[in-house]
Amino acid sequence: MSTPNDLYYTENHEWISLDGEEGVVGITEHAQEELGDIVYVELPTVDEGLDQFEEFGVIESVKAVSDVFTPVSCVVTEINESLMDQPELINEDPYGDGWLIKVELKDKSELDELMDSTEYKSFLEGE
Amino acid sequence: MAERLIKDYSSPGRKGYSLPPLEIPEVDMGDYIKESYFRDELKLPEVSEVDVVRHYTALSELNYGVDSGIYPLGSCTMKYNPKRNEDIARIEGLSQLHPYQDEEDLQGSFEFLYELKRDLAEISGMDEMTLQPASGAHGELTGLLIIREYFEDKGIEKSKVIVPDSAHGTNPASAVMAGFDIVEIESNKDGMVDIDKLKEAVDDKVAALMLTNPNTLGIFEKDIKEIADIIHDAGGLLYYDGANLNAIMGYARPGDMDFDVLHLNLHKTFSTPHGGGGPGSGTVGIKEFLRPYLPRPVLKKDAKNYYWDYDRPKSIGKVHAFYGNYGVLVKAFSYIKTLGGEGLTKTTENAVLNANYMKAKLKEEFLLPYQENSLHEFVLSGVKQKEKGASTLNIAKRLLDYGQYAPTIYFPLVVKEAMMIEPTETENVDTLNRFIETLKKISEEIEKNPELVKNAPHNTSVRKLDEVKAARQPNLRW
Amino acid sequence: MDYVSNTVTERNDMLKEIGVETVEEIFNSIPEEVKLKRGLKVSGGISELFLKDYMKEISEKNSSLVGYTSFLGAGAYDHYVPGIIDHLISRQEFYTAYTPYQAELSQGTLQVIYEYQSMICELTGMSVANASLLDGGSATAEAILMAARISRNKKILLSAGLHPAYREVAHTYGVPKNLDFVKIGLEGTTTNLTELEENLDKDVAAVVVQYPNFYGSIEDMEKIQKLKQQYKKVLLIVVANPIALGLLKSPGEFGADIVTGEGQPLGNTLNYGGPYLGFLSCKDERKYIRQIPGRIAGATEDAEGNVGYVLTLQTREQHIRREKATSNMCTNEALNAAISTIYMATMGKAGLREVAEKSFKKAHYLAEKIDELDKFKVLNMNDFFYEFKVETKLSVKKVLSDLKQEKILGGVNLSRFDEEGILLSVTEKRTKEELDRLVQLMEAM
Repeated sequence: MSTPNDLYYTENHEWISLDGEEGVVGITEHAQEELGDIVYVELPTVDEGLDQFEEFGVIESVKAVSDVFTPVSCVVTEINESLMDQPELINEDPYGDGWLIKVELKDKSELDELMDSTEYKSFLEGE
Repeated sequence: MAERLIKDYSSPGRKGYSLPPLEIPEVDMGDYIKESYFRDELKLPEVSEVDVVRHYTALSELNYGVDSGIYPLGSCTMKYNPKRNEDIARIEGLSQLHPYQDEEDLQGSFEFLYELKRDLAEISGMDEMTLQPASGAHGELTGLLIIREYFEDKGIEKSKVIVPDSAHGTNPASAVMAGFDIVEIESNKDGMVDIDKLKEAVDDKVAALMLTNPNTLGIFEKDIKEIADIIHDAGGLLYYDGANLNAIMGYARPGDMDFDVLHLNLHKTFSTPHGGGGPGSGTVGIKEFLRPYLPRPVLKKDAKNYYWDYDRPKSIGKVHAFYGNYGVLVKAFSYIKTLGGEGLTKTTENAVLNANYMKAKLKEEFLLPYQENSLHEFVLSGVKQKEKGASTLNIAKRLLDYGQYAPTIYFPLVVKEAMMIEPTETENVDTLNRFIETLKKISEEIEKNPELVKNAPHNTSVRKLDEVKAARQPNLRW
Repeated sequence: MDYVSNTVTERNDMLKEIGVETVEEIFNSIPEEVKLKRGLKVSGGISELFLKDYMKEISEKNSSLVGYTSFLGAGAYDHYVPGIIDHLISRQEFYTAYTPYQAELSQGTLQVIYEYQSMICELTGMSVANASLLDGGSATAEAILMAARISRNKKILLSAGLHPAYREVAHTYGVPKNLDFVKIGLEGTTTNLTELEENLDKDVAAVVVQYPNFYGSIEDMEKIQKLKQQYKKVLLIVVANPIALGLLKSPGEFGADIVTGEGQPLGNTLNYGGPYLGFLSCKDERKYIRQIPGRIAGATEDAEGNVGYVLTLQTREQHIRREKATSNMCTNEALNAAISTIYMATMGKAGLREVAEKSFKKAHYLAEKIDELDKFKVLNMNDFFYEFKVETKLSVKKVLSDLKQEKILGGVNLSRFDEEGILLSVTEKRTKEELDRLVQLMEAM
């Protein structure tokens, strides 16, 4: 199970990568496997402001629906438009082409509340 | 070979219909309607009567109904649909009635509808019924709207409805449509309502608790009186989802368990056909204090006649443009008259007997997650089989290869790899044995040749269908 | 007669297998305090012969349309139902089947639904249709809720030309969701467009009009389309008579966003108001399709590349989405949709148009003659399809009861809806003789 080292993770299986004040958010390999073949993704609008752990979208497979929550308080700067026609990118490349949104962080200290890859791995084992 | 679409039979100019002649002098429609309102083209098929008959006959052969074999879907009560009820529903004097005919022309129908209301009230222990809701979910909505109206009328603010996590999806969906927020409570380790969690969830904003009893595991909530007291003491009402009524007719009545509102599914308990998804009927029963809020009109009787009472100022309004699914009500009434009180009780006894027999014979091979006594249905888990290489879904599809319908799968949500089985009373022991043997055989197949089960079905008119493609690239019309 | 097949011996063997002496023991899980301690007081337990005799007796206390010439309409229409329909939907594999969740054993039902959806789209001029809703009234309500979700607005402009029962059902569904209903009055027998324009603003979720409307009149769809186009978020919901659509331009061509209505006229028995058929179709836009209530069938492939059909986009529905579902719809009107599918296939391109035309022409023949009579006036002579409103100086009650003595049901008394007048509908079934006779009798009044 892939759990890249340079990412932060949430208990709801979202990940966030950092580049200064900018971040990229997606769901983990574990999450996409649980969902199965993804058929539809609902994403927020650009410029939308979100509080930490607020719901920002929905990911659907044939028989299941999963809400996704933002790991940090932020403003949405970009959404992954490719997912409209190719939702399967999330299954194929959850940490790369399957990214969901790009954001501008409001409070970097919130990252302390998230798990690193080692903690997330243990978390998965416990589940 | 797959059957074509009806439009593939089409040939320009081909006709399959016969209409009476115009007879009157020609009328120039352009004198009355602007040219721009006439349609250019109507792209419907042009086929002969023989084409239509052959096509839909061919399609029927690709289907499996209760008349084809066992249909053990949990909480669906797929019992035999008596043919005499079909004949009766087609009696012209009963079916060729327009909804706005004079009441004096309808006294026969009113008579049986009134008796049906009374019989359903007696069976369920309620004070009055409305026949207007056209499905179970429609009944839930109606019942919850009645509850909502009651509290509004009393000036009591209510915003929440409690629903157990084992509830059918229509329960929370209906509550939201009725304007409530949902509070979901976790079932306890025995699959029953967790009394402590219920006490925590209850407050003065709770309008109702929705329950089915027996629950979706087929287990009777023995604490029902305590549950009723908890809700009532907090000022809430108790709603009964009647989907599982086949388990208790003649033995217990929701009205006696202190339920305030309920719906019954006539297409389940009362044998009316499922029609491939409908029509059904979800008649709603209430206790006396909720009478003012019933949808209008209400069927009443005075010294001489039956009539519709529209003068209902506190009514929730209407949920159906006319009076509900009358054509379904006729069939349910015929069924009830065929059986009578004793027959309905015997029905329940045999539904429970059949289910418990199947459970006794299957609980070794499959995991039985809840050991408690169950009534008309039971839930098995396919986890042992999953470890050996095939899921409940695979088992269900493999059953189809043996010409038998699968039970309900992956419901209730509280059981992993769930298989919810309800045989009903109309199956005989040979059919039950055959089903049991087939399930055991499939379990063996999973040990010896899991790929065979994983790639099922093999013998049906189509192989496993690509649901992912259907959702990603929707093709919803020709 | 009961439908329990097992013999006493078989039942005893089964009890042994379970490990109990009597079946009553199994019911011990029901607490004593709750158990019913008497028999059910429900009469019955009769043979098939007695049942049929009894129901026949009951039917004879009715006076059905069989003994009358009917001009009743107002949402339920007496069109000719081709004989083959009942034969085909009486095939047990269709009517005793469950909802097609196990698609591989339900290709019959699923393909019928797919054909139904396709033909409803053709008729209404829309791109996507669902597998049916409960009836025209609740379908109108569901369309309104759908529009509120899509537009995120709460104000609904309901034309007074909408069937009063549909308006009532819409209120029943909409008020708990805090929708704000504004009634747009009439000018004559059609929607007052000035009033409509005055009430249109950016807070409106939907404009709801009926086509033809409750009085049988054809609304000014071109003007309504122009008005609503001024407000991007406002949806146009058109409640349509599917027979009229055999001749009239589809609501889709007038910019409708959602088309809904009652499918009863498409081959369904009058059955005292139900089971009927709600149809709903909409534009081919993702945000619309995801908000459709009810089931939808879709075409796909099986593991060997063959065409097959499945229920799809199920994540909208209650069994998956629960409290976030687009609707609580579960059981629908599938068999009635099958009836309508077979009707549309049988009548086809030419037949549906012919039904509409003949109904139109016969209705206009009758209306012209009634309008010429001293004591009667047709209010919507110039814009009705096959239903029209008649006013009279005479007592409507007496007119209708006199006609009834002559075995004619002369129309719906609008006092039922707190209005004055008679609503008359004429279908292709009415003969010249029947029409002339009605006029004769009315003339003599």
